[in-house]
Parts: sequence; C-alpha cells; structure tokens
Amino acid sequence: MSSRALIMGRIRRALADTPRAADPAAEPVARDYRRTHGDLDSAEAARLLAENLADYRAVVHRCDRAGLPELIGSLLAERGARTVIVPEGLPESWLSATGAEPVPDLAEDTPRVLDARDSVVTGCALAIAETGTLVLDGGPGQGRRRITLVPDHHICVVRVPEQVVCSVPQALARLDPTRPLTWISGPSATSDIELDRVEGVHGPRRLEVILVQDGPPAKEPPPGE
Amino acid sequence: MVTEETSQEPPAFPAAAARAVRNPVLRANLRHATHTIRAKRAAAVAELSDWAELRAAGAAIKDHTLRHLDRYLERLETAVTAAGGQVHWAADAAEAGRIVTDLVRATGEREVVKVKSMATQEIELNEVLAEAGITAYETDLAELIVQLGEDRPSHILVPAIHRNRGEIRDIFRERMGRWGRPAPDGLTDSPAELAEAARLHLREKFLRAKVAISGANFMVAETGTLVVVESEGNGRMCLTLPETLISVVGIEKTVPDWRDLEVFLQLLPRSSTAERMNPYTSMWTGTSDRDGPRTFHLVLLDNGRTDALADPVGRQALRCIRCSACLNVCPVYERAGGHAYGSAYPGPIGAVLTPQLRGTGTPVDASLPYASSLCGACYEVCPVAIDIPRILVHLRERVVEGGPASVRGSRVVIKPARGHAAERAAMRAARWALDHPGVLRAGQRLAARTRRLHPDRLPGPGRAWTDSRALPAVPAESFRDWWQRTRGEAGAPGSGRTPDTGRGTA
Ligand code: SF4
Repeated sequence: MSSRALIMGRIRRALADTPRAADPAAEPVARDYRRTHGDLDSAEAARLLAENLADYRAVVHRCDRAGLPELIGSLLAERGARTVIVPEGLPESWLSATGAEPVPDLAEDTPRVLDARDSVVTGCALAIAETGTLVLDGGPGQGRRRITLVPDHHICVVRVPEQVVCSVPQALARLDPTRPLTWISGPSATSDIELDRVEGVHGPRRLEVILVQDGPPAKEPPPGE
Repeated sequence: MVTEETSQEPPAFPAAAARAVRNPVLRANLRHATHTIRAKRAAAVAELSDWAELRAAGAAIKDHTLRHLDRYLERLETAVTAAGGQVHWAADAAEAGRIVTDLVRATGEREVVKVKSMATQEIELNEVLAEAGITAYETDLAELIVQLGEDRPSHILVPAIHRNRGEIRDIFRERMGRWGRPAPDGLTDSPAELAEAARLHLREKFLRAKVAISGANFMVAETGTLVVVESEGNGRMCLTLPETLISVVGIEKTVPDWRDLEVFLQLLPRSSTAERMNPYTSMWTGTSDRDGPRTFHLVLLDNGRTDALADPVGRQALRCIRCSACLNVCPVYERAGGHAYGSAYPGPIGAVLTPQLRGTGTPVDASLPYASSLCGACYEVCPVAIDIPRILVHLRERVVEGGPASVRGSRVVIKPARGHAAERAAMRAARWALDHPGVLRAGQRLAARTRRLHPDRLPGPGRAWTDSRALPAVPAESFRDWWQRTRGEAGAPGSGRTPDTGRGTA
C-alpha cells in the first residue's frame, strides 16, 4: 500500500465515529470577527500605516508625486548608494533625479551579484494600516522576491490612498494567491536573544517607505495602470 | 514495553526537571525571557477588540479542517501539483527522513540550508541527513545557537531561550569558526552585535546554497499555497535563493481556504512574538517561472498525527499553531525548562502532544501528562482555545487506567501502566509538581480563573487521595490573591516573600 493510501485510511478510521457532512462546504464556520478595527477614512488609514511602520523601525517619508524623484534621489545619496536595483515596470521618472547607477533585476544574476548591490527601489501591491505591513506580489515595479532581500537598503513606494487597506482581511481579499507574496512589516528583526526584539538580521537593515500622495495628475501614470 | 529508564532515551520529566531546577542560570534566563514576553503579548492582544471572536473562528476553522482532513489533503495535493510542486507522503519519521535524503541526494548536493521547523526537529532530520553525509545548516538565530552549542532546543519560538547573551557570545566566539566564518574579533554580548555576527556567518551559506529545507505554518488546500511566518529573513533566504526547496509539513497544518489566513495571520504574530505582524511572511504556490526555486517538493507528514486525530478529546491538540504562548505563561515550564519535556515540543503543548504522537509507553512520555499543576493559564492564552488541562486529565487516565487508543493507525487497548517504570515516573512527576510551592502558588492564582476546567476527582496518582475526599472547590478568589489584595505588599502569610515572585521556591 502506498503511504498516501495508508495515511488516508488512518484518517478515515480516526474519523469513523465523527458525524460529518459529505461536502465540507455544507458546514460553514462562524466568522463573528470584524473586517476592520475602527472606521478609518483614507487619511486616517495612511496615518496609522505610517505610525505602525515607524513603530517597527521602518523610516517613513511622505511626498506628492512631483516630489518623488527628488526624495528617492536624496535617500539614495544619503545612504551613499553606488548601485540601485530597478525592477521591471518601475516608472522611469522615479529614478530621474538619482545619481546611483541603476541596474536591472535579471534572472541570471547570482545571489552574489545581488549581494554587491547597495540599494533597491520598488513599489508594492498594497499596504495594511492596522499592522504596518507592505505586501509585494512580483507585479510591475516590484521584481523578484530576492531583490528586496539581499541588498541592505530597500526603498518601497506606496501610493496613497489607493494602495492602503485597513486590515488583514481586506488585504487577503485583494491579493492573488497564485503570485509569490512577501509581507514586510519593518526591517528584519529577531527576538531570539532573551525574547527581546533587535532589528537587523538577514533582510535589509534599512527599510524606507515613501507614502506618495496622489496629487493633481502627473505627466506619467503610476505603475500597474 | 520499556521497564527501566535507559541512557538511550531522555530521562523522565521529574528527573530532568530536578536537574533544571538546580541550575540557577537556566532558571534566571527562562524567567527573564518568559516574563518579558507575557506583558507584551497581553498588550498586543488587547489591541484587537474582537480577539475572542478571532480565537473562536481559529478553533472552528481548525476543527472543521480536522473533521474533513482527508478531503482537504486531497484538495491540497491537487492544487500543489497543478502549480508545479511534487507531493510526497510520509507515514512516519523514518519514511520522511528517507524521502528527504533521497531528494537531496538526487540534486548531487552535500549541504542544505534550513529554516526553523518543528516538524523536522520532531523527525530528527538533521541527524538522518548527517548519516547520509549531508550537512544541514540551521539558519534561524536561535537554532544556530543551539546547533553551534551542540545543544537541544528548549522553546518552540526561541529554541535557545535557556541561553543568555553572555553564553551566546561565548558559543559564537568558540564555535563559529568550526562551521564557517568565525565570529568577529572583540565580539561583545550586545544583542545587536550578536545578530550582526550571525548575519555575516550565515550570509556565505545563503549565497551558495542550492537546496533548502523548510516547514510551513499553514498550507491552503484551496490554492496550494504554503505560508512561512518569520522575523529574521533567513526564511526568505531559504525560500527564494536555492534551486530546490523541500518543505516537510505535518498534515494538520492544512487550512481550507485562502480567506482563512485572515484569522491566523492576526492570531499568530500577536500570540507568539507579541507583534502586530511579524517582520516577514512568505507565501508561495508551487513554483513560479521567474522567481524562486525551480523545484518544489512538499513532504506531508503523519508520524502519529492520525493517532491523535482518533482521540475525540485529544485531537484538539492538532489545532496548535505553535505560537508558544502557552510555554511563556506556564509555571511548570518556567521552572523545569524545555529540555525536561524530552521532545521537540516543550511546555504545555508538548505535555499533551508528545504522548499522543509517541504513545505513553516510555517513562518520559508517561510522565508528561503529570508535568502540570492544571492551573489553566495555557488554555487562557491559547489563540485556538486548546483545552490543555482537559487533555492532560484525559491522558493521565490513559496512563493509569489504560483503555482504547490508536497506535500507528490501529485501534488497540492500552494496558494500565501500573507497576511499570512509566507509572513510577508519572508518580514522581506528580509529586514534583506538588512539592514545588512556586508551581502550585502560581497555579492557584490562575486556577480561580479557570474553575470550570477542574475535575471533581484527580485521575491517576492522586486518585486514591480524592477517592476518600471531595476535591476542594476552587474559590472564586484564591486565598493568596485575597491576601495580596487586602494586605498589599506585606506578602503571603508566613512566607516573608511577595507571593507573586516565586523566588527561592522552585
Ligand atoms: S497550544 Fe495553543 S498556546 Fe500553545 S503553542 Fe499551540 S497554539 Fe500556541
């Protein structure tokens, strides 16, 4: 007998005396919890997002669309970045005021090549205010998962208000499970020494989040549109 | 049936606990860490006004999944396969070890990087791989500390919780060089420097790794998605950089639908690290053309889980999401330490899970249900509402009175342990808990809050005592709480100490 058949047989014997419907869907689970905590308008949601990101040591900046290239340029310069990874689909204008050398996210790059890069700039799929979380799904302007992992400095741009949701339930409803997803809540950290939180282990030790307020329409459409 | 404790198996709980209690550094480390996290967890939970409803939904989703586990596993297998993954089934630890060893061998690699995983610890995968000449590098900071220190894990979330920063620095200084890049010169015991040393040491391993082994926190049957929740980024390194990924996951980690994650991703981080959200969560569905490992294997592990499933009282232990909140509040764990539990699963969850996965035939496994004062704190904090005290009482009955059980999938009748080494070990464990005023005192304080959990008669050792006496009802407010409240700082009667500290008593 295959182990699959063996295990399935064990499960069915174990449940032999347990009453159950033929179709699990006939036994729905009660979900009395809330979809969101608090009734936030979009400005409040953005504020809560900023607060929670900062609470976990992400560095939060705000600007309008016109000011974005300058802000990205100055953050990279401050960091002394010589190279910056640019994922496919990132609006060209974002790096128009940057002195660092832009390098593409290539499938054939080895991890060692990535390790030699200074910074990476990406967009995101959405951000969750209640938990201070950014979610990347590999869509336009986000790149492969590893480019936001190996370099030590990550700048992530969130479009406010349309990319901000309040809660985890709202986020899951908007995400596509077939895409590889990375949820990021602050720079990497550990609680492994005396159960006390220390920031900065394997992922980027500096995480900067730019909340771009959608002002009057700019010349170029935002990514994904 | 094992009749004597042998050196091959871990010592029964009371002997191991007694050893831990004599180690003041260990006790201080445990106490410091668990007390730090308790208050933080309470604050993180208090932020969500619907915690009780989330907890109820978490328990209900898990119960529902377990009740239809065969169907959901079929769905999961179909979805993972359709997304480009390969699914393997392992009935026990030995089979899982063989499957993983063969998969690694087929890649031609001799080393693998590992993400912390309880399932691979349970099946002692690193040892199995070592026998096959394959080196497994643990990449979680605490696991690294344990591996370098040639030590055993003592906590679910923080396996090196029994080590303080000074000890960690010494281990890094002395041992890192043997496994790869040595610790930087002049390394101090500041946690930031220790984390930096781990970053440097492990980076070279991540960058060259071709094969990774992980577990998973959740598997979504509907979509075939696996979820790994972590803090450090070592998980992301293992899940995205290598060419081959092998995930070994217990069958009970299944949830039916994508949407169910909305419950568990709120319950887990707040219960485990007391964070609104852990720093990194990875979700992947099979393989993607352009991102991450080209080859993905999922090894579904039974190893006693179906035996637990066959027990209508005990099966709720399979809801566990391994948050470790129950360890952090347990007065027995705090004093005995994680090693005393003799398995990968320490603390209250270990005391109910291990005897179900492995049976109650050995002294250590028979003594585990007695490693508790039944205070109920574990139940109170458990995010999926596992009634641990009730399972403990149920398992005590099984140890002492025997009865029907499932062993490796077959229905058997367990003989009472009476007269065996197992019973003697169980008695000693019961006595150990009764003899430690610190354990009982913390227990009493919490017992008042969990009155409904308390049995009328004590099963097992202690039954003879309750046979001739009514077990005293637990008062709404324990005597010590009353004393504390009315006398404030004056301390407990006759003790000269503040009752809450438990200092010098364990
Ligand atoms: S039993 Fe409950 S509290 Fe303990 S680790 Fe499992 S889920 Fe967490």
